[in-house]
Amino acid sequence: MLELDELSVTYRLDSADVPAVRGVSLELAAGEALGLAGESGSGKSSVALALLRLLPRSAVVGGRVMLDGEDVLAMKWGRLRAVRWSSASIVFQGAQHGLNPVQRIGDQIAEPLLVHRQASGTDAAARVRELLAQVGLPAWRARSYPHELSGGQRQRVMIAMALACGPQLIIADEPTTALDLMVQAQVLTLIRQLIADHGISLLMISHDLSVLADVCDRLAVMYAGRLVEVGPSSEEFRHPYSQALAAAFPTVGDPASRLAPRGLAGDPPDPQQLPGGCAFHPRCPVALDSCATSDVQLRASGTDRTAACVLVGE
Amino acid sequence: MLEATDLRVEFPGRGGRRARAVDGVNLSVGAGEIVALVGESGCGKTTLARTLLGLERPTSGRIAYDGTPLSYSGRALRAFRRQVQLVLQDPMGSLNPRHTVYEAVAEGPRIHGLPDEETVVSSALARAGLRPPERFFQRFPHELSGGQRQRVVIAGALALDPKVLIADEPVASLDASVRGEILSLLLRLRDDLGLSALVVTHDLGLAWNIADRVAVMYLGRIVESGPTEEVLKNPQHPYTQALLSVLPESPERIVLTGEPPDPTRIPAGCRFHPRCQLVAAGNGKPECSTQPLQILPAGTDSQVACYLATT
Ligand SMILES: Nc1ncnc2c1ncn2[C@@H]1O[C@H](COP(=O)(O)OP(=O)(O)OP(=O)(O)O)[C@@H](O)[C@H]1O
Ligand SMILES: Nc1ncnc2c1ncn2[C@@H]1O[C@H](COP(=O)(O)OP(=O)(O)OP(=O)(O)O)[C@@H](O)[C@H]1O
Ligand code: SF4
Ligand code: SF4
Ligand SMILES: [Mg+2]
Ligand SMILES: [Mg+2]
Repeated sequence: MLELDELSVTYRLDSADVPAVRGVSLELAAGEALGLAGESGSGKSSVALALLRLLPRSAVVGGRVMLDGEDVLAMKWGRLRAVRWSSASIVFQGAQHGLNPVQRIGDQIAEPLLVHRQASGTDAAARVRELLAQVGLPAWRARSYPHELSGGQRQRVMIAMALACGPQLIIADEPTTALDLMVQAQVLTLIRQLIADHGISLLMISHDLSVLADVCDRLAVMYAGRLVEVGPSSEEFRHPYSQALAAAFPTVGDPASRLAPRGLAGDPPDPQQLPGGCAFHPRCPVALDSCATSDVQLRASGTDRTAACVLVGE
Repeated sequence: MLEATDLRVEFPGRGGRRARAVDGVNLSVGAGEIVALVGESGCGKTTLARTLLGLERPTSGRIAYDGTPLSYSGRALRAFRRQVQLVLQDPMGSLNPRHTVYEAVAEGPRIHGLPDEETVVSSALARAGLRPPERFFQRFPHELSGGQRQRVVIAGALALDPKVLIADEPVASLDASVRGEILSLLLRLRDDLGLSALVVTHDLGLAWNIADRVAVMYLGRIVESGPTEEVLKNPQHPYTQALLSVLPESPERIVLTGEPPDPTRIPAGCRFHPRCQLVAAGNGKPECSTQPLQILPAGTDSQVACYLATT
């Protein structure tokens, strides 16, 4: 379905280049749900945007993106546009702000259906009601304007819009961050159902591993523009960075985390001045001396897992 | 410090339906206290936060800061906002895309005429975890990741050394590592400078991490409040119990039935009754659907608005 081969994204700023994504290779099968995790600035959104060539002009993209056997990076504009509405759709991070403030949300959801002649006026209205119900909003909300909705309600509208044209691949960048747990559970159930019923593939991006593990079969963890671990979501992580990421979400009721939020020591890496060796070494709690100089590539660790760490072997 | 009394905020709705987003709330945030306001999407958290800041005028009720009622004249509001700062839910919406990070953070200090602007800006950025700060001065919002943008917004609020911070989902867009850092920062500011904070969130883990007290909001009202340990470890209100049951560590999920709550149609009696699991199981009381409940007072001890709760 989707195949990334050594994808790289570099932003050209006046002052310098920012290598945001540095060689990411991944495969996503039809009907599979893959989660992409990693801390802020690790390059997750840049990967998502590169997949459909939605990056700004200042970005230089390298490597290859194959979608259903077609090379996205080489596609002509007309073809790319067709792909963007029919086969793949993306829920952008923070896209709730992109809603048109002077248009009712029902009309905004119906617009792509009408433009692409997928439905007539009355059918479209029925489809809008159905989509709103799927994301847990009552039908009368179709007549609301964006400013009349709460943050979480706007995020659900964005999910409804992404579902409108029945895509084969959904790329969801932080789709549930503004949602409370109950609605989140509801949206995640919906997403799982779509995958099961229609064989839709999903690439879901989040910094919350528990959200990803809830929906995705496989998880990929990014650090400083590279993958450091890929493996089944049902198993424990083995890379020290993935473990730190997982430990940072507290368990309610656990006295150890009461009034003691845990983070990861050290500063996030500056993509313009990446440390040599393993990029994680300045913050790694178990780093060896050799980590400062020798860079470790992703390698097999067990049957279904790859990890990039000297300490994680077969 | 900051106190709301019998606060109501209504919005005119479509076809004469009024949305009662905040529908009778008593809430106080004491000096050096961190209060978490939790509740599901659309229950009125942001509206309450905006009203506390004077950004929204209440339909009725009042807000007092240090015992003085909030006045809505431009001058009084300006002085008030030096003390009480807001961190908004969505970093994209609160940053001007044409302003650099430096300008964004310097805006507050400029309005209030603080000296030594560059030092103020760079210390605020560093405290919010953007280090070294100079690296970010000339960046535009679109040149930052989502989490970096949120930290710029937090830096903007910290630049004025406020007494009270009202933070609306301050870490929702942040990853685990930065999240821990920002929450530790809030705790540190409280311990060192006596900062008070109202943190609006749907993240119960966050409340557990930093809050002294938790207030649970449902459809425009606070239905349970009290010390964090009590509310989160021994919830009394059926809604709080359901909310906590969705956590991954919870042994059993309580699934609420019924329509999602709608502020234009607040049910009679207990506003939670159409979805209450006790009512659904046949264990409700007749008053659940007929008698409105009292509005909870603004105290700091445990309180529950439910006919079946014992406390
Ligand atoms: N248009 C741009 N110009 C310059 N640098 C950029 C641009 N967009 C992103 N970056 C930089 O590229 C890096 C990766 O950004 P990206 O948005 O992909 O991160 P992310 O993993 O999605 O983070 P978050 O979880 O915070 O959303 C960051 O260091 C960011 O500052
Ligand atoms: N300007 C407005 N006009 C009409 N209705 C509004 C307006 N602003 C908010 N509402 C409604 O008031 C209710 C409360 O909204 P609010 O933004 O306070 O919710 P919230 O608790 O912050 O939710 P979230 O967690 O999703 O951000 C919602 O049902 C919303 O649709
Ligand atoms: S390679 Fe070394 S520094 Fe990198 S994660 Fe493994 S132990 Fe830590
Ligand atoms: S008052 Fe009745 S309906 Fe309301 S929460 Fe309590 S039991 Fe449920
Ligand atoms: Mg992102
Ligand atoms: Mg809100």
